[in-house]
Amino acid sequence: MARIVVITSGKGGVGKTTTSAAIATGLALRGHRTAVIDFDVGLRNLDLIMGCERRVVYDFVNVINGDANLKQALIRDKRVDNLYILPASQTRDKDALTQDGVERVLNELSEDFDFIVCDSPAGIERGALMAAYFADEAIVVTNPEVSSVRDSDRILGILASKTRKVEQGGEPIEGKLLLTRYSAERAERGEMLSIEDVGEILAIELLGVIPESQAVLNASNAGQPVVLDEESDAGQAYQDAVDRFLGEERPLRFVDVPKKGFFGRLFKG
Amino acid sequence: MGIFDYFRQPRQKSASVAKERLQIIVARERAARSGPDYLPAMQQELLQVIRKYVQVDDEAVQMNVDREGDCEVLELNITLPDDKD
Repeated sequence: MARIVVITSGKGGVGKTTTSAAIATGLALRGHRTAVIDFDVGLRNLDLIMGCERRVVYDFVNVINGDANLKQALIRDKRVDNLYILPASQTRDKDALTQDGVERVLNELSEDFDFIVCDSPAGIERGALMAAYFADEAIVVTNPEVSSVRDSDRILGILASKTRKVEQGGEPIEGKLLLTRYSAERAERGEMLSIEDVGEILAIELLGVIPESQAVLNASNAGQPVVLDEESDAGQAYQDAVDRFLGEERPLRFVDVPKKGFFGRLFKG
Repeated sequence: MGIFDYFRQPRQKSASVAKERLQIIVARERAARSGPDYLPAMQQELLQVIRKYVQVDDEAVQMNVDREGDCEVLELNITLPDDKD
């Protein structure tokens, strides 16, 4: 049985796909058989971030409709063993993701994989609801910015009520917070919500903090999940988040402002 | 912080404004989604009824649903305007 993890946020552009690619790759690097699925029907992008856009033949909706089987549609990552990508369809049909169809695909994947990472689209429409419905766990990607925090809280409300687990009388799934695009300098100057501020408002467990970093754009430019950039701050922060997700303790890194010397403090505002 | 900053007027930082605003709106939205679906419509209708008699603004009617053990308590708070003219 696989653990199904949804990467969600409500708001667009906060780093769901970057996070899905990084977490899935990180899990596979640790030897777990991992499939990552793009639920953003009509706006496929996980393939680009993973660098396999030219290898897409069949997609998620083809598998649901029986036009292809899973083996044909899954793209095996060329860099990391145990990592497979199921791309979204580019159809404009909003109802293409049926609940039965999604369940069938997830059940079949569950037999072969340890982890299924579901990259949710933005918003609270069908794709987002389907990505969350079957999840066992959730990672809520949030930027330290008002609209992102508010939307994350809304998504937490959906996770608490609209999942298979809850409908079957189980415990609601608790989202874990991944704070991305964080700038310790700006937070210290009082220009950006701090980790503590966001934590206090959302009141959920903190999975990790990813610093605002040039490495993330470099990674997406190249189609390389950012965890593969081992030198980079963002890559290392994602690696820590994956370790914490697997139950290990890791101290937060890249969240403190480098200390200035006495003269630096005196003369630089 | 440099030495010259000590002479500047202290001003509320934008992050603390953001935090306060978020705390208020998030608390309000949580209360709304934990209540029954008919709550917003009921609030609107109550407002209309009250406005037949006194002019109040949208904020005048506050509703909360609290859970106490097995009971659900609907708390209704109507603020009437101060000046009678």
